[in-house]
Amino acid sequence: MKGRMKTVLVTELPMLAILAFALGPWLWMLLSSIRPERDMTRTPLMIWPSTLTLAHHIELLERTSFVENLRDSLIVAAGTVMVGLGLALPAAYAFSRFRFRGRTTMRSLFLIINMFPIVMLILPLFILMRQLRLLDTYFALISAHATFTLPFAIWLLTSYMDGIPTELDQAALIDGATRWQTMRFVILPLVGPGMVAVGIYLFITSWNEYLFALVLAGEQVRTVTVALQMFIGENGINWGLLMAGGTLVGLPATVLFLLLQRRLVGGLTAGAVKG
Amino acid sequence: MNKRTTPWLLLAPALLIAGLYVLFPVAQALSMSLHYVNLFHPRTRPFVGLTNYLNALSDPVFWRSLFNSFIWVFGSVSMQFLLGFGAALLLNRSFAWRGVARALVIVPWALPSVIIGLIWTWMLDFNLGIVNALGTRLGLISSPIAWLSRPDTAMVAVMLAVVWQGFPFFAVTLLAGLQGIPAELYEAASLDGASTAGKFWHVTLPGLASVIATALLLRMIWVANSLDLILVMTGGGPGTATLTLPLHAMLTAWSGGNYGKGSALAVILTLILLGGMIFSLLGKRKQ
Repeated sequence: MKGRMKTVLVTELPMLAILAFALGPWLWMLLSSIRPERDMTRTPLMIWPSTLTLAHHIELLERTSFVENLRDSLIVAAGTVMVGLGLALPAAYAFSRFRFRGRTTMRSLFLIINMFPIVMLILPLFILMRQLRLLDTYFALISAHATFTLPFAIWLLTSYMDGIPTELDQAALIDGATRWQTMRFVILPLVGPGMVAVGIYLFITSWNEYLFALVLAGEQVRTVTVALQMFIGENGINWGLLMAGGTLVGLPATVLFLLLQRRLVGGLTAGAVKG
Repeated sequence: MNKRTTPWLLLAPALLIAGLYVLFPVAQALSMSLHYVNLFHPRTRPFVGLTNYLNALSDPVFWRSLFNSFIWVFGSVSMQFLLGFGAALLLNRSFAWRGVARALVIVPWALPSVIIGLIWTWMLDFNLGIVNALGTRLGLISSPIAWLSRPDTAMVAVMLAVVWQGFPFFAVTLLAGLQGIPAELYEAASLDGASTAGKFWHVTLPGLASVIATALLLRMIWVANSLDLILVMTGGGPGTATLTLPLHAMLTAWSGGNYGKGSALAVILTLILLGGMIFSLLGKRKQ
């Protein structure tokens, strides 16, 4: 009994406090999105809503451009998954299965990509895209998102491929398969779980991204993060509407994140833990 | 396809796009920082040497933004680290709902910065924010505070938001590190009569040192570069109270139309980060 008390006091209560901090703002957003407008404009603030309503969510989906913004975000994120995997898979295969001169240098070179501040790259990219008349297109956002997620995607996929025994490739090669066939029929099926993990990482990163979405697009192609921020400017702040938008945008990423966390976090931390 | 060219063919697409989207812009930014490039004078682009850099450095706003960046990076990352480390130590103990706690603690990490900025702006609202409501009801503050529009509280407010966003990263990374420390080390320490504090100082911390160093470095680079959270919450204001260096570079180029000076500021930021990185890597090697 004494041990149980101790666990509650020194472990469970502090953990509960940290969880309250972690979840509180999320829950407050959710609660704000389903309380009536009159609760949102009255001082002093009522913590518990008078009633619950979906009015803000319905208004958001019916009276604003939000459905189109969701569609744009979905297209960009799905495109980033496909392009990102298309670029990362062959590169990871090369790093995992070939020992060539410059391999280590190349691996570090890809990691360096993420060390340049986006603020330094974004202006030249904006000018480049404008000259190529690619501003405000899906292509602009997809290619930018795919590039800046490439280092981690390659890193993670390489470590997944390293986990597949090379004997399998060798057996296939001895049986007369070409490199391409080995990759297509031996490696690809086995690296499936790794591709799912990387794919979800790509999706969440693209779905959540703001700066590129603002600078390289924003008019014809307007993703949800840009759209939500723009709702602020238009005649005052409708917090109920914004929180409804935040809930709808935050939910998919959060659910995917929770589903994937073990796998993704394992890969994410592997680099740090190995030091 | 022979053995020597195959890996390069496989790498080619990734290399090509990385070159186009990273190396080319880096070269462009360097070049722009040495020219007078202004949105409002698009036809001329004279070479001006280091003028943009000298302009940037002689501007008090630059030094203010550099100071703000230091506060923002070191202040918020140390708080993220302490909170995350605490969470990791707790999650490394055994209790009934540990799995659930471990899953839920990362929730803030999954949200877009824009939404995090919006949530905290709403929570810190002067009239209707829950922070003021709870604060006054619990007697923590005597009257509501306009957190984001007061120069003395705005920085604390945006740092609170980034601490919320970033502490799960440390919780998760350090937990993985903790689980990598062999249990035998703790057993040996117990046999030698070490106290709980002794085990923490002589087993946990040394075992975790390299994970901590890497996680801190990665997070600092990320926080030093990030600007979307501040952009959404305060736009750098009030005045220059929350203007960090990347935001200053962005606004100089974007709102000011001064691409040359904006690029110079971005290059200065890159050099500072590069210097910090080399410094910490050298320190690591020396150990």
